[in-house]
Amino acid sequence: MRVMVFVKATEDSEEGMKPSPELNQLFVDMGNFNEALVNAGILVAGDGLKPSSHGKRIAFDGPERRVIDGPFAETRELVAGYWLWDVRDMDEAVEWVKRCPNPMFGPSEIEIRPLYEADDLAGLIPDEAAAIHDGVGKKLAEH
Amino acid sequence: MTADATQRAIETVFRMERPRLIASLARMTGDIDLAEELAQEALVVALAEWPSSGVPRVPGAWLTAVAKRRAIDAMRRRRMVDRKHAELARELGEAQVDIGEQIEAAVGNDVGDELLALIFTACHPAISADARVALTLRLVGGLTTQEIARAFLSTETAIAQRIVRAKNAIGQAAFTFEVPHGAERTRRLSSVLEVIYLVFNEGYAATAGDELVRPVLCAEAQRLGCILAALLPDEAEVFGLRALMELQASRLAARTGPNGAVVPITEQNPAHWDQLLIRRGLAALARAETLGGANGPYALQAALAACHARALRADDIEWPRIAGLYDRLRVAAPSPIVDLNRAVAYGMAFGPEAGLRLVEEIAGEAVLRNYPPLSAPIRGAW
Repeated sequence: MRVMVFVKATEDSEEGMKPSPELNQLFVDMGNFNEALVNAGILVAGDGLKPSSHGKRIAFDGPERRVIDGPFAETRELVAGYWLWDVRDMDEAVEWVKRCPNPMFGPSEIEIRPLYEADDLAGLIPDEAAAIHDGVGKKLAEH
Repeated sequence: MTADATQRAIETVFRMERPRLIASLARMTGDIDLAEELAQEALVVALAEWPSSGVPRVPGAWLTAVAKRRAIDAMRRRRMVDRKHAELARELGEAQVDIGEQIEAAVGNDVGDELLALIFTACHPAISADARVALTLRLVGGLTTQEIARAFLSTETAIAQRIVRAKNAIGQAAFTFEVPHGAERTRRLSSVLEVIYLVFNEGYAATAGDELVRPVLCAEAQRLGCILAALLPDEAEVFGLRALMELQASRLAARTGPNGAVVPITEQNPAHWDQLLIRRGLAALARAETLGGANGPYALQAALAACHARALRADDIEWPRIAGLYDRLRVAAPSPIVDLNRAVAYGMAFGPEAGLRLVEEIAGEAVLRNYPPLSAPIRGAW
């Protein structure tokens, strides 16, 4: 099963990266952790995200679209990085996250969310929508 | 955490650590059975201690240290009087050292080599193919005998017997749990790749049972392929096999219709192909080719799968290119099935006569007389 693993932001990460011996060490530790993920055959993709001051939000309300510039307030709910893993089950994903070095300087959280798979969606998507999704899938495949 | 959740967490950690733990113990004791037994004992200790002490920071090193201490005790009991004993006597001294220090020492150990040695040993060509498959899934994949039996729709007894047979063969031949080099490595590696592809194929084109595909086996084989690629980053055919499995697996969802029947590739809906796997497969194929392995049997089959993955409509399929790849595959891995598929490709690429001429050439071969596609009209049989 595929899971998305979100590294949640902190006040530190929202300030952006600044060179420091601690940051150097974190890069080394994270590098080793990523290598272990590759060796175990579970790492599919992953990246770090810039602070939310570089981001934008679009708020929806009926026909209205309102653009909100970052930074955003609820720091601890923001995402600072992600991985995509292919694991046997959630238990395994949890144990791998436990092995991750603390990605932040101070208390932090990592969240694991399984992706919807074809079986989960079977029966949920009406035929008409399925046809559109198929068309999109085909176009995507052409890239 | 509840007691139940704690136990599940411990069992998950154990499942993750087991292959490397057994690899390390097999190297040390030269005995797979004993290695499995010691690993199991380490699990029992973990189940007793971790709920109160917490899961150690480096659980693999902890389990290894505990199991190795027990190995030394077991060896002492067995009073082995050979070179191994002398080696162990030295380690016996170390056994008196604080377990914490042993764990620290084990943390830095590169166990990749030990795992690779275990894979090469479990897949030794001296062991029959079905026994190799069962042993590899058990030791390297970390599946239980019950899980393997379920995946192969066999009984636990039958799978257990295969594993025993494999272990006996290893014991009798007195394998050394080393990574082979040179020409020997090439020969042995093809046996490893064969095992992984057998596992994949049993998932992809199930030979037993009602289900036509069993994705669990495909996933297990792909994971083994990834692990092997990380251990052998310069072996072209490892990437060729990875590419082949990923490109084929990309079509798993499109391969069975609503009524459970197999949908031929030319009738599949490309929207249901897994684009992530296609990209990974193409990248692995490119890696195999960069490493000089473009003419390896797995890389060539992956290149064929890539032709189909790239073609979104039946009309887009580059049949002349496919025909050319079959020409090369015929040299790399001659087989009547390859000849037949080559004939189909020639027919699609250069007209029915070109195909039929090749069919006539091979029609006399006895092996294929009972192969259904030969009596069926020539169409996209691949």
